[in-house]
Amino acid sequence: MREIAVVAFTQSHHSGEDLGLAEIEMLAPVITGIKEKTGLKQFGFTCSGSCDYLAGAPFSFVSALDAVGAWPPISESHVEMDAAWALYEAWVKLLHGEIDTALVYGFGKSSQGELRTILTQQLDPYHLAPLGIDQVSLAALQARAYMERSGAKEDDLRAVAARSRASGRDNPFALHLPEPGDGDDGGYDVAPLHPYDVAPITDGAAAIVLAAGDKARELCERPAWITGIDHRTEAHAPGVRDLTRSDATRIAGEKAGAAGVEVAELHAQFSHEELILREALGLGDDVTVNPSGGALSANPMMAAGLIRIGEAAARIHDGTASRALGHASSGPCLQQNLVCVLSGEANE
Amino acid sequence: MSNPCAVIGVGQTAYRTKRLDVSMAGLLREAARRALDDAGLTWKDIDAVVVGKAPDLFEGVMMPETFLAEALGAKGKPIMRVHTAGSVGGSTAIVAAGLIQGGVHQRVLTVAWEKQSESNATWALTVNSPFTTSLVVGAGGYFAPHIRAYMRRAGAPDHIGMLVAVKDRENALRNQYAHLKIPGISREMVESTPMLWEPIRYLETCPSSDGACAMVLASEDAAKKAPNPPAWVHGTSMRSEPMMFAGRDSVSPQGGKDAAADVYRQAGISDPRRELDCAEVYVPFSWYEPMWLENLGFCGESEGWKLTEAGATAMDGDIPWNPSGGVLSSNPIGASGMIRFAEAALQVRGQAGDHQVDGARRALGHAYGGGAQFFAMWIVGSDKP
Repeated sequence: MREIAVVAFTQSHHSGEDLGLAEIEMLAPVITGIKEKTGLKQFGFTCSGSCDYLAGAPFSFVSALDAVGAWPPISESHVEMDAAWALYEAWVKLLHGEIDTALVYGFGKSSQGELRTILTQQLDPYHLAPLGIDQVSLAALQARAYMERSGAKEDDLRAVAARSRASGRDNPFALHLPEPGDGDDGGYDVAPLHPYDVAPITDGAAAIVLAAGDKARELCERPAWITGIDHRTEAHAPGVRDLTRSDATRIAGEKAGAAGVEVAELHAQFSHEELILREALGLGDDVTVNPSGGALSANPMMAAGLIRIGEAAARIHDGTASRALGHASSGPCLQQNLVCVLSGEANE
Repeated sequence: MSNPCAVIGVGQTAYRTKRLDVSMAGLLREAARRALDDAGLTWKDIDAVVVGKAPDLFEGVMMPETFLAEALGAKGKPIMRVHTAGSVGGSTAIVAAGLIQGGVHQRVLTVAWEKQSESNATWALTVNSPFTTSLVVGAGGYFAPHIRAYMRRAGAPDHIGMLVAVKDRENALRNQYAHLKIPGISREMVESTPMLWEPIRYLETCPSSDGACAMVLASEDAAKKAPNPPAWVHGTSMRSEPMMFAGRDSVSPQGGKDAAADVYRQAGISDPRRELDCAEVYVPFSWYEPMWLENLGFCGESEGWKLTEAGATAMDGDIPWNPSGGVLSSNPIGASGMIRFAEAALQVRGQAGDHQVDGARRALGHAYGGGAQFFAMWIVGSDKP
């Protein structure tokens, strides 16, 4: 297979509140930034991830083309998924296409609606959505089931949140959130989840440039080579799967070769999800998890999964890790999962 | 570097205004199972699923592939969802083909669909963000001025659109899956229908349909075991450009010309009218046939309407366009592009039934979307490239 690497990563200074920017205004500086970083004005392929339901209007990806500067016309595609899957599509294109570079981006503005209620519209419209259950309530069911099976306590979840928030405060792009317990009344959001166990509402965008072979070496001193990437789904209905385990992540991790990574950026939007994902990927205590602060410190929808890959790649770029993993998730209760393994050394 | 990719299975649902007999999952499975049957495979044989559809507001379900994953046999497998506006059915097929061409998988199921009866597409297309005001109602409101610009630019007489409306509906009478079947369709009948968006009359526009289309794409090894003849992918291309900027030719967009040039180069075609045997082209409003004839290089500028008028694109013409009846006869929006791609494959496999173009060996599938700014095309042939 062709050698393909993440050669550049940029993200917005994510915001926990509406800054009055339209999605394209949020995205434009990120695209400009990655063009400056790589010195590239055009790319062999462009692919993005976004979601109409966040904007409440069709074709949210169409105006984004204005930020990209799609002229002369570009070879371009879009997934209605987290942009991590756009990266997957671009990786496939680089495997067989007559191209050497690809631009991938994702953006989301969760502040303009009630995210947990909007995500109810993602559920099975015949059997599940009519019950009115929202995203956080579903996650709470999963957390409860996981805690019962594993013996994990609320304090274990709190420890995940505390570590994530502490790391996030060191990340200039993340929200800077207080120590769990500071400024909240200690109550639940939806039991057993406390407010700090739930990823914050975040507006933001991110972009990655992929390049193949010598082009990657030319664009980046230490490319983060994709040595394995795979994604899997589970069944949708919470009643027909084991919510306490993430089989999709386990399979994707095995296919992508997750064993032996030093750093893992996991797209856990709830504290307990990190524990489920660690188990599915077989990550030991020696693996550094979410040094960026993870989604619990900044969760711009449709970009947060891509950011995990970007943050993992950044650890390779700066030489602090030789093997790192980025994970992305989509759908209720970790239904779909993608694992991307990056290395300072290309395969073979 | 690119591995050969073949279409070894095609499945379509009956296209209807309302498919109240099936759920969304049932609709997709109807197409997918027919494609699997055609390929001589079962769900277990599939490595990955690629789903495409137009905006989620058309059904009112956000990212519906999450709840459809199990019905599509994707549990434990990769599934992804493509959305590139009206071109999405074509783009989805191209993304699925990439998985074979890149050597990632051996057999990929791809499905595109729309169940328009769940919602109201014209409304879904008209709503806009609070920051911008929609100046038009629906797709017809957007495209009618472009058609008028074309007529003036090309000096086309008023009746050309009606010829396409009649020709495509006559073709549809020979397609078992087509939505609009109007026995005795005639120019007088088209002319007698109300003017919706000048110069588009009621019978010059596409219907709103429920429906799904599926294909099984396979590597060379997997294609050898297929019971029916394969259609080989000779080239794929996608192009996008912004919807609006000063100087943009939105009547004959550069993106369409570039995508066509790219796909012809890959397939080794220099004269599409002569070297292709038929084409399934995204014509949702009658006038888009002459407009795309020019944009796709089947003739010179301002010559498209003359080809249509001379009958070149009819079933007995030298380059039949839309033998299936096209988008004018069936329009499950998100699937409409994939239907073009699949019908092109059926033609070169010799499996197009009563609307088969005799001896077709190479065919173009075409889709476009947004403000005529997203393009997806492929060329398939009966010979392995």
